[in-house]
Amino acid sequence: MKKSNVGMLFALLFLVALGVGPGSRTAWSEPAKSFPTRQLTYLVCFDPGGQSDREARRQAPLLEKFLGQNVIIDYKIGGGGALGWRVLTKAKPDGYTFAGFNIPHVILQPLQQDVGYKTEEIVPLFIFHKTPLALAVLETSPFKTLKDLIDHAKKNPYLVSVGGSGAYTGYHMATLRFEKLIGAKLTYVPYTGAAPQMTSFLGGHLVAVFGASDDLTRYRDKVRILGFATDKRFPGFPDVPTLKEQGIDMVEGVDRGVAVPPGTPPDVIKKLEAAFMDIASKPEFQEEQRKNGFIPLAIGHEEGKEYLKRMTALYTEIFAEVKKR
Amino acid sequence: MLFSWDLLIQGFADALTWSNLLWAFVGCLVGTLIGVLPGIGPSAGIAILLPLTTMIPPTSGIIMMAAIYYGAMYGGSTTAIVVNIPGEASSVPTCIDGYEMAKQGRAGAALGISAISSFVAGTLGLVGLTFFAPLLANVALAFGPPEYFALMFMGLSLVISLSGRALLKGLIAMSLGLLASLIGQNPLTGAVRLTFGWLDLMAGVSFISVIIGLFAISEVMINVEAAATLIYETKIKGWMPTWKEIRQCFGAMLRSTGIGFFLGLLPGCAPAVTTFIAYDVEKRFSKTPERFGKGAIEGVAAPEGANNATTSGGFVPLFAFGLPTGPALAVLLGGLMMYGLQPGPMLFQQNPKFVWAVIASMYIGNVILLVLNLPLVGFWARIALIPFPILGPIIILCCVIGAYSIRFLMFDVWITLVFGVIGYLMRKLSFPIAPMVLATVLAPMLETSLQQSLLISLGSPFIFFTRPIAAFFMALAFLSILRGIWIQVRTHAPEIAIDESDD
Repeated sequence: MKKSNVGMLFALLFLVALGVGPGSRTAWSEPAKSFPTRQLTYLVCFDPGGQSDREARRQAPLLEKFLGQNVIIDYKIGGGGALGWRVLTKAKPDGYTFAGFNIPHVILQPLQQDVGYKTEEIVPLFIFHKTPLALAVLETSPFKTLKDLIDHAKKNPYLVSVGGSGAYTGYHMATLRFEKLIGAKLTYVPYTGAAPQMTSFLGGHLVAVFGASDDLTRYRDKVRILGFATDKRFPGFPDVPTLKEQGIDMVEGVDRGVAVPPGTPPDVIKKLEAAFMDIASKPEFQEEQRKNGFIPLAIGHEEGKEYLKRMTALYTEIFAEVKKR
Repeated sequence: MLFSWDLLIQGFADALTWSNLLWAFVGCLVGTLIGVLPGIGPSAGIAILLPLTTMIPPTSGIIMMAAIYYGAMYGGSTTAIVVNIPGEASSVPTCIDGYEMAKQGRAGAALGISAISSFVAGTLGLVGLTFFAPLLANVALAFGPPEYFALMFMGLSLVISLSGRALLKGLIAMSLGLLASLIGQNPLTGAVRLTFGWLDLMAGVSFISVIIGLFAISEVMINVEAAATLIYETKIKGWMPTWKEIRQCFGAMLRSTGIGFFLGLLPGCAPAVTTFIAYDVEKRFSKTPERFGKGAIEGVAAPEGANNATTSGGFVPLFAFGLPTGPALAVLLGGLMMYGLQPGPMLFQQNPKFVWAVIASMYIGNVILLVLNLPLVGFWARIALIPFPILGPIIILCCVIGAYSIRFLMFDVWITLVFGVIGYLMRKLSFPIAPMVLATVLAPMLETSLQQSLLISLGSPFIFFTRPIAAFFMALAFLSILRGIWIQVRTHAPEIAIDESDD
């Protein structure tokens, strides 16, 4: 009996989310002045202690201060984040549930297979930092420059192993795009996460990695970065040229942010957005982000929606090309 | 990181302040409790207490979290021995002989030896951490995908000795374990397998669900069926192991320290793996291997020593490189980073005071745990005296909470109950359970390392034989397999169905 009620509720919410769509002031939404009136849930879709969890924990007390309500952190872990994002898109769109989300994960996962949510159902609330990827070899490697590595790869197809975290992830896409741009065959070796990827790399079991800027910052005295997949030089490594400067036109990285379910009322989104904007504009937050090897961002709801749409178009194109091969 | 007496003594001075002692004690206590409760492992325990990091200073916080981790290894043996339910994955081998001892009325002795062995191995492991960390730190890096595959393959070959003489049933149980762990996404490519379109199954089956189900739930079902009033009829004979027994286990403690510590240096070799290997080694070293599975006290000392040595070993790559060797240390690493301490090669240079205080506190923590656990032996052993109609529901409750705490999903609870039924059927048909557990523990790493190795070698399996470390473990594995087959052939009785190593 109870169960069917819950089912009905979901069905109704779905109608609200899909049919009536955003903008409609339904009886569900509460006036912005009173929001929030009870505790909020911040979903973390990755293991406790990971980067997403640490960001959530750093933000939670500041959110509590701004919103005047408790913020509890809840974990929904599995499928490289997919499980949690599925939970998010099915949650009641009242602003009381929001989740950390990553680009390009939320784009690439639904492209690969049915994961129970669609990219369009992820509504960006705020994007707070970027982790650019960079191509790196060990400090002891014979490849001193990007050109050395490319020449070697061209002469020895498939013998250059490039480690990354997961398949159909930003790391994987970066390797495939790089391969295509230089016109040589590499071997992409996926790992179950950034930690085992870096361990294997530091142990000399891989020729190169596409590494995240925070990981490379941590091991900066052991690695040689050949190029950042960024538009401008990465502030943490001002001496390292971008791949673009070296004639390889690619930008690749992971963005972390917070999202709400589709159909969340705009006034509630505004209030939450303001809370995150307040955190992101603090100088100590930005300092902390830079120290840990990230680029602090402050992309709000509207801009974030546009950004996600743009990235979705871009990755869909890349993905289609990758699938063809 | 270089060792110096000054820094170590300074570390002890820091660890012995009242507040740090208090947090070490809290950590030991929480760790013991988490260890006792089936299913709730140290990683969940530390994760639950992470919010405390905003309230207590960094050194105290990490001292406490570390204490939870190694404290859980002390507690994990308790329910394994008394009621045949491993409190942690790492205590599965402890069940085999520990529960036999309990049925013989020697639960006290088994609990006592596990506390003593934990203390000896934990402390010796710390000595290794203190003096040899710089030399050993690179061991973690020497292991690439092929080495991991060879090591896991050797681990899987232990199924042969774990199955006793019921080899075929053991192999079937192993295959079931491997099959169960294949459910869900391929850990590397994300491709979905064996979910039959059911999205909930995409996240896969956690080996913790498998362990709780196979051991705890099925144990309760068997007892309910038998309308048991007590979990077993027993007259408790003596609370403590005798000096003779402690001396007898001394070799086991040293060997398990060695195995646990060295394997503990490797990411992926969680205590759950090393305890199986230590148990098996002990059985082979023994002059009377036939006693194993029937209440051999060394069979308790070995895994309990190994899991504590493993925890000590795991701190070497954590402090030296910021590399966590398992989920619990990954959460601890998160704790470090929340304090703004950047783990990695620079930690020892930038925060020596902090690192040495934590190391020193672990020596103290081990003493606290020994003092805490030995007097509790009598208390824990009496669990078996609780009437089963009360004890059974408590066990089920703990199991449900434990299963939920894996990923905070109700789905894992249902999976656990399903494995309870499977475990019940396996017991009824006298299939050994340990091989299935071992297979689910090893499978994810086995699969990923195989896939990665073959990618690196462009498909050639010779990569496992041309690299010295990998070749060494492969040779061990094949020897173990050949030996198992030889024993089967020699006894001309490949299907003696009664399995000796379980129940």
